[in-house]
Amino acid sequence: MLHLIIFLVFAAVCIAGAVSLLVQRHPINSALSLIAVMVSLAVEYLLLGAEFVAAVQVIVYAGAIMVLFVFVIMLLNAGVEERTLGSRVATIFGIPAMLVGSGLLAWVLVQRSGTGSVAAGALWGDPQKIAQLLFHEFLLPFEVTSVLVLIAIMGAVVLASRPDQAQPGKKEG
Amino acid sequence: MSAGTFVLVSLVKIVIAIFVLLTAVAYTVWLERKVVGHIQNRWGPTRVGPFGLLQPLADGIKFLFKEDLTPPHVYRPLYIAAPMIAVIFALTSIAVIPVGNSITLGGLTTNLQIADVNIGLLIVLGITSVGVYGVALAGWSSNSKYSLLGGLRASAQMISYEVSLGLSLIGVLIMSGSFSLRHIVEMQSGTYWHIIPRWNIFQGQFVAFFIYLMSAYAETNRIPFDLPEAETELVAGYHTEYSAMKFAMFFMAEYANMITVACLASLLFLGGWNGPLFGSPLLQAILPLFWFGLRIFFFLFLYIWVRGTLPRFRYDQLMAFSWKFLLPLAIANLVITGLIVALTS
Repeated sequence: MLHLIIFLVFAAVCIAGAVSLLVQRHPINSALSLIAVMVSLAVEYLLLGAEFVAAVQVIVYAGAIMVLFVFVIMLLNAGVEERTLGSRVATIFGIPAMLVGSGLLAWVLVQRSGTGSVAAGALWGDPQKIAQLLFHEFLLPFEVTSVLVLIAIMGAVVLASRPDQAQPGKKEG
Repeated sequence: MSAGTFVLVSLVKIVIAIFVLLTAVAYTVWLERKVVGHIQNRWGPTRVGPFGLLQPLADGIKFLFKEDLTPPHVYRPLYIAAPMIAVIFALTSIAVIPVGNSITLGGLTTNLQIADVNIGLLIVLGITSVGVYGVALAGWSSNSKYSLLGGLRASAQMISYEVSLGLSLIGVLIMSGSFSLRHIVEMQSGTYWHIIPRWNIFQGQFVAFFIYLMSAYAETNRIPFDLPEAETELVAGYHTEYSAMKFAMFFMAEYANMITVACLASLLFLGGWNGPLFGSPLLQAILPLFWFGLRIFFFLFLYIWVRGTLPRFRYDQLMAFSWKFLLPLAIANLVITGLIVALTS
C-alpha cells in the first residue's frame, strides 16, 4: 500500500516535472524541472529494489550532467525565451503521433512481458549482482561501450583545443 | 520491531542527530575563531561566556534579528530556494552515517545510525553531488557579477574534485567489498601484532587518504581551495547578496559538509569508532562514540590549522592540481590496489 502511494506520488512529480520542462519560459527553470524528473525516476528505481541504479541515476544525471547544463546556462547567461506558436507541422502530426506511439508502447509492454507488471522490491539490484552481470554476462558490450566513451572524450578534447594551441612547436619553428 | 516502534525510534534518532550536528556546527565555528585567533596571536572570542563559549548562541540570535534584505535585482524564487537547497542537502547526508555499534535500551536494540543501507557511501556521494546546486543557483540568481563568478567557480571546482574524491574511495571499496559504511568499519577492527590497528590507512590506502583529504578540502570550499568565496577578489563569492538567516544557512551548510567529510574520512580510512575498550559496561558503551568523536575533532582541527597556515591557490593552479596531479595519482592507486587484491585473494 505504502509502495503504491510512493509510486503514485513520484510518478506524478515526474510527469509534472516533464510538463514543466516544456512550458517553462526560462532555461534555468526547465533545467531544474529536468532535475526533478531525474530524482523522481531514481525514487521509482529504488521502489523496484534497484538501489545501485537509483544511486547512479542521482550521481550521474542529477549530480553531474545536469550541473553541466546549469553551468552552461549560467555561463551564457541565457534570458527568458520568447514564446512562439510553434510549428504547425508539430501540432498537427506531433501530438497524435506521440499519443499513438506511447499507446503502442504500453500495449506491447502489457502484452509481451508475461506477468504484466513487476512487484515492488522484486528486482535484485544490489551492487554485487550488477557487477556480476556487467563483468561476466555482458562483459563484451560493457568494454565496447567503454571504448566508445573514450573515443567521445578524445573527440571532445580535440574539438575543445584551439588549433593554434594544439601544436605550439609548429608556430615558432 | 513493530512499525510504530520503528517510526518512533527513527524519529528520536533523527532529532538527536540533527541536534548534535547543528550544535557541532555552531561550536566548529567557535573553535575556528579561537584556533585561528591563537595562530594569529590573538585571543578570538572572549566576551560572551567563559572562553567565549556562548558566542555561537549570540551569533544565532543576531542572525535571527538582522534585517533580511532581498536586493531588487535578484531572481526571487531561486534566490530564496538556494540557501535552503544548500542546507537541506548538507544535513541529509548524516542519515546514513553510522556513529557506533548498536545499543540496547530497555530491551530495544538499535543501531547508532538513522538508516543502515547497503549503498550508504553512494548515497553520501549522491547527496553531495546534488548539493552543488545550492551554491550554483545562489550565484546565478543573485544577478551580480561577484556572485556569478563565485557560483561558476564553485560548480567547476566541485565537479573537478568530485572525480578524484570518488576515485580515491574505490581503493577502500575494493578492499572491503561493500558500499555499506557499517560493513567497511567492521572490516577495519582488530590489530596487527597487537600494535598497529587494521585501519585502511595502514593497509595500503595511505595515498588514497591524502587524495581524499585534499579533494575534501576543495569540495567544502575551504582554504587553500576557497576560490568561490575569495574575499580579496570576489567580495564574498556566491553569498555576496545574502544577509541574515539566509547567509547563516550557507554557513551552516559549509560547516555541516565539513563534519560529514570528516565523518567519512574517519569511517573509511581511520577505522571509524574502533578503539581500545575497557572499564564498566557503561564506559564500554560510550567509548566507541568518544573514539569516533575524537577522530572528527582531529579532522576539524586539521581543517582550521590548514586555514591558519596556507595561502590561497590561484584558479588555474587549482584546476591543474585536480586534473593533472590528483586524478592520475588516484587512478594509479586504484590500479595498484586492484592488482594487489586480485593477486593475493
